Order: sequence, then structure tokens, then C-alpha cells
Amino acid sequence: MVWAPLFLSLEVAALSMLLALVAGTGLAVLFRWKRMPARDFFYALVCAPLVLPPTVLGYYLLVALGSDSVIGRAWHAVTGGTIVFSFTGAVIAAAVGSLPLVVRSARIGLEAVDPNLENAARTLGASPWRVLFTVVLPLATPAILAGAMLAFARSLGDYGITQMVAGQMIDGTETASIHVMNALYGGREIDARNMAIVTTIVGVALLYIANRLAKRFSGTHV
Amino acid sequence: MDLVASMKLRRGELAIDVELSCKPGITCVMGPSGAGKSTILGVLAGLVVPESGKVVLGDTTWLDRTPGRGPGREKNIDVPVHHRRLSYMFQNLALFPHMTARQNVEYGMHDLPREGRTPKALDLLAHVGVKHLANRRPRTFSGGEAQRVALARAIARRPQLLLLDEPFSALDRELRSQLVTLVRELVAELGVPCVHVTHSVSEARKLADHVIVIDKGTLVRQGPPAEILAEDVD
Repeated sequence: MVWAPLFLSLEVAALSMLLALVAGTGLAVLFRWKRMPARDFFYALVCAPLVLPPTVLGYYLLVALGSDSVIGRAWHAVTGGTIVFSFTGAVIAAAVGSLPLVVRSARIGLEAVDPNLENAARTLGASPWRVLFTVVLPLATPAILAGAMLAFARSLGDYGITQMVAGQMIDGTETASIHVMNALYGGREIDARNMAIVTTIVGVALLYIANRLAKRFSGTHV
Repeated sequence: MDLVASMKLRRGELAIDVELSCKPGITCVMGPSGAGKSTILGVLAGLVVPESGKVVLGDTTWLDRTPGRGPGREKNIDVPVHHRRLSYMFQNLALFPHMTARQNVEYGMHDLPREGRTPKALDLLAHVGVKHLANRRPRTFSGGEAQRVALARAIARRPQLLLLDEPFSALDRELRSQLVTLVRELVAELGVPCVHVTHSVSEARKLADHVIVIDKGTLVRQGPPAEILAEDVD
């Protein structure tokens, strides 16, 4: 069995998970702010990747990150390369696709923190930032981690967005999901089956861990 | 230093319009459920913003809010909660579940040098009789132990105002009596005003220097406990 696609997928999934974790937690903190203008609209926008077809999301990303876009030109000026059809593009594509999973999970975790604990911290002289970093985020950590695990699993299995934004090959290697597709249509059934089984084991193990974390946090399943 | 406060606000159906004045010592706020007692504490702490009102502690104005600004009106003052030097003991105590007893007590000591916090926190835990809990988390505490840790945390901040929102309501009579004595000693040591919301007449008799009775958001009686509690406050 060729292991390179699995390692590439794990690498993309790990980096995209970190990206989604940081951005998703930040957004969840923002959505917790009750006076945020058009909060429900922006929340729906951030969660849109859950319901949009991968091709539609891929199209938006190609337009936003392509060589002719503002972001694409700025990236080229700094690094000399392109975002689309590269490893970076694959990471961003997977992160955008999995972002709603982190945001939703983190938001549930943040909103479940007892407001009296925050009030107690404030009356003990803690600034709003200190309350956030020493009370709210630590108490919401299991939910945030559960969201991150789901994001990792989602990125690991991504096919559509990655293919749209990063293409069939990234630095000469396919991701695991693309490898399964190519192996199957290329008549290498055993290769496709092995990769499918290994990817399934990794995905199920991650979902199991995510569920354990979520149960520990609130007794609910994700 | 004295606490002088007035406030007008609406909480759902309830219109609160109260003026109070508290000297160093314990002022018990009593009254039926839903009378607005906890809301009054919230305004004093800065957790609830009234439509209009004033909270002055000694020479420091924490809140001065008049509806509508304009020429000739003093600018509204609303000192943020974390800048008001007070401690608030909530009914559910609100001990941080992810911190040990020592870390809970140290939380309000951020203006002390880092190296001085742990010895001070351990001293305070010893003072309230629960030093052995220093490295344990709140989920392992009994009701009385949790109250003592919460008290140590409240006094660790060296507050200029202590607010207690029925913190002993879930305890049995004996434990409550022990803690009431402890609170009385601690408030006397601090020498600051303490506003204590309670339903218990016996607790108020033991604790209070002054009693205020609230009903439907307005002050109906106030005075020394011997005078007020002789009547049926319920």
C-alpha cells in the first residue's frame, strides 16, 4: 500500500484543524457577544459550508484566492507562489470546509459556561480579557477540542473542495480521498480498499474521541 | 467608609426604586422572593445597570447615572465591575471548578506580587479552617467547605464592600450558625460595609447591625435588628 496519500491527508487535516481551531474559537467568542450587529446572519454565513455543495464552496475559494484576486496577488508578492493548486490551498480549503464544526461546537461550549462564574471573576477584579482566558475558555475547552477533532476528521475525508482548489495532485501526491477515487477508476481495487479502510479507522477513532470529549463536557453527542 | 446608593430600574414586571445607606458592619436586606434584593446587589456590584441611580462608597463614586444627558447635567459615571473594589459571594458560590481552592483564593490577588500570593492564600484558607483543601478542586468539597473557600476568596481581594447573596441558604442550621459567626468576625476585621441578602430571620438576628426590608422593589422598613425583626418580616 502507498502511504504517501494518507500522510499528506493527515498533514493537511492537522494544519487545517489548527487554522479552523483558532479562527473558529475566535468567531465563537465574537458570536457570544449579544450586541454584535447582524449576529444571526453572520453565524449563518460562517456555517454555510455545512450546506453548500463542495463545488460551490470550491468555486468561491477559487475566486477569492486565485492568482487574479487581491489575496492571490498579495500572496504572490510575499511568497512568489500561488495559493490555489498548492499545499496551502488544500489546507485553506479544508479549513473553510470544517470551520462551522469548530464554531458550532465552541459556541455551545462557551454559552454553557455559568454566567455567575464570569460575574464572580469580574467582581474579583478580572478584566473582560482575563475572564475570557482564565475562566470561559478553559471551561469550554472540552467542547472546543471536540469541535477540533470533528474538523480534523472532516478535513481528512474532504474530496470536493480540495480537488476544486488544490487539484488532483499536491506536490506530486494525491490526498487519501482522491487516491481512493483514482485507484478505483484506475483498476487498482485492492489499493482503493486498503486506503478506504485505513481512512475509515482513523476517522472513526477521531469521532470516538470527539464524542468522549463532548460527553464529558455536556452529556451530549456530536 | 459608608455606602450610599440609590437606584431606579425595571426588571420585567418589577419596578425597583430604592435608596440605601450602609455603615461599616453588616446590613441585612430581607424581603419576599422576587422583591428585588439580588438586583440591588447587582447594581451595587455593577453587574446590573439601572436607568438612573448613584452608588458612592466613601469618597469614590462608582455610579452616577441620570436619564438623558444634556447641558448642566453631570456626565454619567459607571465604573466597570473589575475596577470596583468589592467582593460578591453568589448564592451558588461560583467557585471556579477548574481551579483548586488555593487558585480560587489567589484569583482576586492579581495586584499582589506573584510570589506573595500563595502564602497569603494558604493563610486565608487556614483562617477559615480549610487549609487542607488547598490543592483540591471544588467538586470534592462539602457544602460547608465550599462556603469557607468562597469566604476566603471574597476577603482575599481586600474589598471595600462585601456583598453576600444568600450564600448560606443551602446549609443546615448548625453549619449556618458556624459560618454566620465566621462572617461576623471577618467583616469586623475588614471594617467595611457588608450587604447581606437573606431570608432567614435567625441569621439576620445574629449577623445584622442594620436591617432593610424590601417589598415589590421598594424599601418598606429599616432600622436596628431588634426593632425590625421583632415584627413579622415574612
